[in-house]
Amino acid sequence: MTSTIAVVGASLAGLSAARALREQGHDGRIVVIGDEVHAPYDRPPLSKEFLAGTTTVDDIALGSPEDDALDLEWRLGTRAVGLERLSRSVQLADGSEVRADGVVLATGARARRLPGSDGLSGVHVLRTLDDAVALRADLAVAERLVVIGAGFIGAEVASTARQLGLDVTVVETQPVPLAGPLGGELGAVCAELHADHGTRLLTGTGVAGLIGTERVEAVQLTDGTRLPADVVVVGIGALPNVEWLAHSGVALGNGVLTDEGCATNVPGVVAVGDCAAAWSVPAGRNVRIEHWTHALEQPATAAATLLGGAPPVACPVPYFWSDQYGARIQFAGSRREGDVPRVVEGDVAERSFLAVYERDGAPVAVLGMNQPRLFTRWRRQLRPAVPAS
Amino acid sequence: MITVCPTSSLPPGEAIRVPAEEPIAVFNVDGEFFAIDDTCTHQDASLADGWLEGATIECPLHASCFDLRTGKPSGPPAKVAVRTHRVVVADGMVHVQVSAAAEGAA
Ligand SMILES: Cc1cc2nc3c(=O)[nH]c(=O)nc-3n(C[C@H](O)[C@H](O)[C@H](O)COP(=O)(O)OP(=O)(O)OC[C@H]3O[C@@H](n4cnc5c(N)ncnc54)[C@H](O)[C@@H]3O)c2cc1C
Ligand SMILES: NC(=O)c1ccc[n+]([C@@H]2O[C@H](COP(=O)([O-])OP(=O)(O)OC[C@H]3O[C@@H](n4cnc5c(N)ncnc54)[C@H](O)[C@@H]3O)[C@@H](O)[C@H]2O)c1
Ligand code: FES
Repeated sequence: MTSTIAVVGASLAGLSAARALREQGHDGRIVVIGDEVHAPYDRPPLSKEFLAGTTTVDDIALGSPEDDALDLEWRLGTRAVGLERLSRSVQLADGSEVRADGVVLATGARARRLPGSDGLSGVHVLRTLDDAVALRADLAVAERLVVIGAGFIGAEVASTARQLGLDVTVVETQPVPLAGPLGGELGAVCAELHADHGTRLLTGTGVAGLIGTERVEAVQLTDGTRLPADVVVVGIGALPNVEWLAHSGVALGNGVLTDEGCATNVPGVVAVGDCAAAWSVPAGRNVRIEHWTHALEQPATAAATLLGGAPPVACPVPYFWSDQYGARIQFAGSRREGDVPRVVEGDVAERSFLAVYERDGAPVAVLGMNQPRLFTRWRRQLRPAVPAS
Repeated sequence: MITVCPTSSLPPGEAIRVPAEEPIAVFNVDGEFFAIDDTCTHQDASLADGWLEGATIECPLHASCFDLRTGKPSGPPAKVAVRTHRVVVADGMVHVQVSAAAEGAA
């Protein structure tokens, strides 16, 4: 009997899981279920080149001609609505079900919305291709953009919109943007990038509400300021898509809880990518990593767990990049509060530098701004030093 | 033919980026020189900034690896080969003969 594996979520983690399953010798059926109608595409360009109009839908396709040989059964445009843990069958919104011997959960995350913003046109989130197409069309005829949230989405959308010639204001509740991932000192450098390029950044300010009846007209801040806006982008974080598993018996927390090998508490069910919170030995807790490279690489571990093979060698250190105002920011390692960044090359004022975060005198993470060559070398050096996570 | 640099300024394990309309990256792999298009076929990264391991260059942005002999990527996210160019070493200088067509283009 050939066995069936169902992959739920047809994006980077789902496609990478299907590829890894074949690579590791699974020759049974693989059914890939995705609620978007599109074949897997790359999300990072959606806030960068695709939003700017310099890349096309074809350019951002994740699949390659070689994937045809994977012999995958695609169920696109079909939402999974439940998982029966004993029979391991995935229930679909159209009433059908996929019975499987193994299940890979790869449903990713969705954009958090601002309460009270529903139904007001001109207000956008950015997660999907459809979101990006809609936002691009709206930006093309707009003059004033207000971005809520100065995280990755906020910074990248603001940067692209400035490139398109819009007047941009970014509103952030925290005193320093990106302080979570980068720490206060280097988050402050990202704040300066906004100013360098003519974006107004208002920090330590909350949003009281959006003003407008059919179409948004302004953003009202908690301090009383009213910011006129033709378009508003809400970039206030992402939530894991796990509600459909509520009655499945799969343990959930901030995402699907798994062990280090991506196994959930239900035998034969693994989880990967943005929807999964895997146990991290160095952190001593489950951590949900929301970065591209993780979604690309982690499925090899999950496939090995599902197929009973040997797990791939040591997990590489976490890595992400971000492009803001022409500055390429790259980060690798595991930073904690209290780790001290030290600039070892270049100059912050020149927006070209490499900073190493140290804990007890040892490097634990590295950030490069416009320093790809040196960053690559440091990223390599971190590999053996940071315990696998 | 583009003159790149004296062989002495490109020691083994090093790479140099030759600015041009389509920039070229030249590598010294244990004394053997290779040239490819510098811009990754996936997105916007300079391969001269990547990690050289044997005759393979790993892209500094998303880590696709390209074979310097064939230009072919070993795995995702890159799908398309980079153009390779012929390198000629004469009188202690490294020269590159730029290939005409984008042979790797799909
Ligand atoms: C605009 C943008 C820019 C980004 N830029 C960067 C960057 O520069 N660098 C970086 O490191 N990371 C970046 N990221 C993050 C990166 O894209 C994600 O980490 C990655 O997409 C995660 O992949 P995933 O497959 O786990 O989840 P997702 O890409 O979220 O895919 C999950 C898929 O599952 C589908 N799905 C959800 N629920 C169901 C269901 N019930 N049934 C069927 N299908 C379902 C979803 O519709 C989606 O297609 C960016 C993200 C966005 C949105
Ligand atoms: N380069 C990258 O790595 C990249 C780029 C784009 C998106 N992404 C991913 O996309 C997802 C969403 O990104 P994001 O930028 O929305 O999330 P984020 O968590 O990076 O940033 C959200 C920001 O919004 C702020 N915020 C929250 N509520 C707010 C409010 N009511 N008013 C004002 N500010 C508020 C937070 O303090 C935070 O700074 C994440 O998973 C992210 O990793 C990554
Ligand atoms: S830009 Fe080279 S692999 Fe993505």
